[in-house]
Amino acid sequence: MPRTHTSQPAPHPVLSRLPGRAGRKTPDKLSVALTVNGVAAQLKVAPWTTLLDALRDHLDLTGTKKGCDHGQCGACTVLVDGRRIVSCLTFAVMNDGAEVTTIEGLAANGALHPLQQAFIDHDAFQCGYCTPGQICSAAGLIAEGKARSADEIRELMSGNICRCGAYPNIIAAIEQAMRRS
Amino acid sequence: MINFQYARAADVADAVRQMAADPSAKFIAGGTNLIDLMKEDVERPSRLIDITRLPLKAVEQTPAGGVRIGALVPNSDLAYHPLIEQRYPLLASAILAGASAQLRNMASAGGNLLQRTRCYYFYDIATPCNKREPGSGCSAINGLNRIHAILGASEACIATHPSDMCVALAALDAEVHVAGPGEARTIAFADFHRLPGDTPQFDTNLQQGEIVTAVELPPQGFAAHYTYLKIRDRLSYAFALVSVAAALEFDGAAIKEARLALGGVAHKPWRNMAVEATLRGQTADQAAFARAADELLRDAKGYEHNSFKIDLARRGIVRALTQAAQGRPQSQAVKRIM
Repeated sequence: MPRTHTSQPAPHPVLSRLPGRAGRKTPDKLSVALTVNGVAAQLKVAPWTTLLDALRDHLDLTGTKKGCDHGQCGACTVLVDGRRIVSCLTFAVMNDGAEVTTIEGLAANGALHPLQQAFIDHDAFQCGYCTPGQICSAAGLIAEGKARSADEIRELMSGNICRCGAYPNIIAAIEQAMRRS
Repeated sequence: MINFQYARAADVADAVRQMAADPSAKFIAGGTNLIDLMKEDVERPSRLIDITRLPLKAVEQTPAGGVRIGALVPNSDLAYHPLIEQRYPLLASAILAGASAQLRNMASAGGNLLQRTRCYYFYDIATPCNKREPGSGCSAINGLNRIHAILGASEACIATHPSDMCVALAALDAEVHVAGPGEARTIAFADFHRLPGDTPQFDTNLQQGEIVTAVELPPQGFAAHYTYLKIRDRLSYAFALVSVAAALEFDGAAIKEARLALGGVAHKPWRNMAVEATLRGQTADQAAFARAADELLRDAKGYEHNSFKIDLARRGIVRALTQAAQGRPQSQAVKRIM
């Protein structure tokens, strides 16, 4: 039997029942000034654009990865004003005026960041998807200066999940970079 | 995520005014829970009022000898603040037991109090949930309820409060400072969060339009005898199945004052002052701790998948009180429980 064509899609079985969806005005896009890896950037984004999506989709900085998009995996870790955060759980507009450092901004003058070199030296990844977040998180960890032992590194890196299970080598790489920093 | 307007608040009064003008708005600070809930369509604010730039970021001593914590102090800054590390190490330890380093850098003190339950059904808008949609029913009571409450639950809701920080704040008898359309007021920590009863949609006793401005700690910090013991499914970055904040003060060999608060077991950090009172004057031994644990858990009720929590809590209480008595608090980095 041929399918009947309908011009209106069926209402979503769950979302259509929720109050408040109808009649919401689409808000204007908002201006956001960010300094990303030392470069000033002016963006126009919707209020719901996460910092992660602003970096990837508006600035084409796709080194920062979208893993879970719910703050559970750490793949989207970046440094905002020098502090490590997950960029999926903050809206770009909330970060107006902030300095953001992503994995693309860690190497200086063509030389790898000590953490990047240490991850290579220790084979601290397999598929590499979590690696930008691991390295940005480790850069934040070293700047915080609270980890002194392998146990403390392990605990303070627990927000970065590695599905390949490269944890022992990740810890070794961070220990090497900490010794040299 | 449903669309919403965004505005920044200039000061606390402006934030309160903006909320009064649009009651279906939400304040946003750290955003670590609210944005996640918005992505799941559980929270659908018409407007976000960004309070991140308000001057509520100080940790300072009070004239009364306590410490006042601004609502926007990030969890990590609070945990590592010298006043907290030295005078309230129980609070520092509980904060560091929760979430991840990244989330602690983002999450605010006030927001930690206002985070919602992590009940799977509350998060899943395709299922009934009295907390999310009052009157729709509770999917957890006859569903998967391994992480749910064993104390103070109701027919309407068996969700737990997920915070670690709040368990320590409950044990320390903190107070919550609130501003709003009416008079600014102070709420005792024990009265801040609610039991679900037949209105589980309300997590706290905040009134519509009110905003948390500070959390205040009284002078007594129990820095010599405390522990925060958190038991969970993996060693880090997981919510508590059961957690215990224990704090003791001694007069010679006798217990002069005991504080005991549990996380992961109820709709709010669980305290039982009557049980704490029974520990006063006793010597710190296993028998006294076991009696206290039995008494605290006398009315505990398990469901299909979480009855194990009753015995886990009993053992956790005894172990935590022992750690506190010995002055050997649980390390949050070295996971072995001594």
